[in-house]
Amino acid sequence: MNIIFSLITIIVLIIAAILGAGTAKLDYLFGVIFPYAGISIFIFGIVYRVIKWSRSPVPFHIPTVAGQQKSLPWIKSSKLESPHTSIGVVGRMLLEILLFRSLFRNTKGELKEGPRLVYGSSKYLWFGAILFHWSLLIIVLRHFRFFTEPVPYFVNVLQNFDGFLQVGVPGLFITDILIVAALLYLALRRITDSKLRYISLSSDFFPLFLLLGIAITGILMRYFFREDLLSIKELAIGLFTFHPLVPVGVGVLFYVHLFLVSVLLAYFPFSKLLHMPGIFLSPTRNLANNSRSKRHVNPWNYPVPVHTYAEYEDEFRDKMKAAELPLEKD
Amino acid sequence: MSESKLKPEELAEQVDYDISGENWLNPSVEFRRGVFNYSGTPQSVEYLQQPNPRKWQPTDPDWKLPENWKEIILKGLKDRLHRFRSLQLFMDICVRCGACADKCHFFLGSGDPKNMPVLRAELLRSVYRNDFTLAGKLFGKFSGSRELTIDVVKEWFYYFFQCTQCRRCSVFCPYGIDTAEITILVRELLNLIGINIDWIITPVANSFRTGNHLGIQPHGFKDSIEFAVDELESITGIKVDAPINKKGAEILFVAPSADYFGTPHYFTLLGYLALFHEIGLDYTWSTYASEGGNFGSFISHDLMKSLNAKIYAEAKRLGVKWILGGECGHMWRVLHQYMDTLNGPADFLEQPVSPITGTRFENTKSTKMVHICEFTSDLIKNDKLKLDKNRNNHWRVTFHDSCNPARAMGLIEEPRYIINNVCNNFFEMPDNTIKEQTFCCGSGAGLGTDENFEMRMRGGLPRANAVKFVKEEHNVNYLGCICAIDKATLPPLMDYWVGGVEVGGIHELVGNALLMKGEKERTTDLRGDSLSVS
Repeated sequence: MNIIFSLITIIVLIIAAILGAGTAKLDYLFGVIFPYAGISIFIFGIVYRVIKWSRSPVPFHIPTVAGQQKSLPWIKSSKLESPHTSIGVVGRMLLEILLFRSLFRNTKGELKEGPRLVYGSSKYLWFGAILFHWSLLIIVLRHFRFFTEPVPYFVNVLQNFDGFLQVGVPGLFITDILIVAALLYLALRRITDSKLRYISLSSDFFPLFLLLGIAITGILMRYFFREDLLSIKELAIGLFTFHPLVPVGVGVLFYVHLFLVSVLLAYFPFSKLLHMPGIFLSPTRNLANNSRSKRHVNPWNYPVPVHTYAEYEDEFRDKMKAAELPLEKD
Repeated sequence: MSESKLKPEELAEQVDYDISGENWLNPSVEFRRGVFNYSGTPQSVEYLQQPNPRKWQPTDPDWKLPENWKEIILKGLKDRLHRFRSLQLFMDICVRCGACADKCHFFLGSGDPKNMPVLRAELLRSVYRNDFTLAGKLFGKFSGSRELTIDVVKEWFYYFFQCTQCRRCSVFCPYGIDTAEITILVRELLNLIGINIDWIITPVANSFRTGNHLGIQPHGFKDSIEFAVDELESITGIKVDAPINKKGAEILFVAPSADYFGTPHYFTLLGYLALFHEIGLDYTWSTYASEGGNFGSFISHDLMKSLNAKIYAEAKRLGVKWILGGECGHMWRVLHQYMDTLNGPADFLEQPVSPITGTRFENTKSTKMVHICEFTSDLIKNDKLKLDKNRNNHWRVTFHDSCNPARAMGLIEEPRYIINNVCNNFFEMPDNTIKEQTFCCGSGAGLGTDENFEMRMRGGLPRANAVKFVKEEHNVNYLGCICAIDKATLPPLMDYWVGGVEVGGIHELVGNALLMKGEKERTTDLRGDSLSVS
């Protein structure tokens, strides 16, 4: 049900773009207004979210540590898994953000006869996630060749690196294959694994299908139905320099691609894709394990009822006296 | 009631990780014997001035909630979203990747899909989406939103009292989403309308009044300590001094109350007493702060603070220099990550320095509270203790990392260093079940009741299974741990799943091995069992 809902939504979006940009010739709407709307919602939405998160304080110092604390000098502490300094925290965060450290720990629990519980190493999810995210990043950076003139050096380097296979004309980008494979894997595991199927919502399938739509339309344009790159670059630079214009001769496939990207950008701040900015603020990861050496202040720490020693002694004085326990007041 | 009707093999046969079933958005929960906890008694709720004291049970159709219960919960949720970044963030960023799914001991022992940490959190998140997000308002059920109903509340009660706040899922989550944080806050919300369990609220009331969970009054406390002193004398021939409420002592010692009232905790108490005597420590017990544990932390941040306040207050009143804490799990979560923030700054104390070795405990310079394993491992490292490992030869030891010392503190090597210095036979359980990946006993966070026996055995399956493995490989017969809840709840767990494994503290082993000046020849260990290896 959730899958079908998401799939239908994507198909409707694609048809809307074909009809809108192709049949109705609403080039300006699809080429300028939607992209601007998408990027605006993306930027303002994320800024709004991050501000909202930041306005909720971190009342307690609650890192989840995954290694030996820094305690006695002769015990080797785990500087990255249980960091006690800010540099260590930065290291831990980098490992998490760039290499998905925690996901790399993943195991698969199985209950065998006996009963015997075994935990097999299970890196598929980590691998799929790494392939997808890194491919996406490289692809996004590669696209800077459309927005910029002259094309920055790093984009060319990246492009050469990505096209190292030197197969076909135009040259095949390895990330194009990897991102589609990774997205298919990530979608398939949600369908085939009963646990994942059970927990997956429409909002889990929708971004996967949307990204697949974007990747596939991009691939079609590059390798099969060549679009007029000069016109597209004209449009892209126009958008980028706030002098939007709609050149003639841009095909409908491009508009579908651009429309799906616009939808993705607009969808981002309202969805689970917020994990991207969110990871930076996660209090179980971005705090040092120095809870006892450095005091953490809670801005809303208010007084609560306490049973004071005086009240306690008042209640138990006779018994304490009989037991010859020292008293404050006799 | 304490006997589960299910035999271990029957229970295991029921468990299946292949999930089927209808849409989880439709709340459904069955309060079956053995898998839930009884409600809080009105007397305790009233004593603590908590909301809606009344007689009720989870099996009642009517939970007698206040008329505006829904408004209270939603207002409470809104308030907490503003006060806890953790909550706001964890509601927004989960991608449901499922990495946490089979990391929870309750899922591994039950196969119940709502025990997957992701889904446990979704039980709340679905309501959050419905009432606090645009997507929820626009797309309703398609966005995974649902309205807060009585049935949802019942489901919350069932599943958020089926989480022991062990934080294992948080280690595996790519964003560090911490289900314990969500559980703590949902329990706080439920408490706002008078939903809590007796095994938490009554110990909290006791602790508030008498200073400890068991409700032991000052004279009773003194009796138990004196009894332990006598017992230790009969084993070692040495009468140790155990000062109580002594002003001007250098160190205040705080341990979980089960240590002086429960078995096998008690043998650890004997270990502390022997150790402190042997090194001539100038310390004191306190009757007012006679509880290190903090069941308040299993209900709300406010009650955690109320109970925790006694420790610093007592340290100040007695004029000690610093505080030493005994073997306990959640106690150390509170002491390590909360105490200084809640009730500090402890500027009336000094930075802890071991009076025996001169070691400055740099890692405790703000909170001024040292873990007994840090303290003892430093003593051993500096060669201040005479230890005869052979006196633990009748034990083949494995070590269960208690959740909170492992995942909140990173207290991993200290206890191992001690174990390796006090016994000859130490065997680790498999890697995926120890240290930061340790499995909960299945009874933490206030769930260790008799009425919840079946669920405890389910939740404890992963831990028990790892012990069984080392028992079969290495004939392990001693499961060491540094947590009072472990010591109370692992013995029945071992009996159920493993058999032939005793549970005990690390300082029990220390006490066995410790050669005391002037002691008589020991013929038994601290349990009174013969030292000869059979």
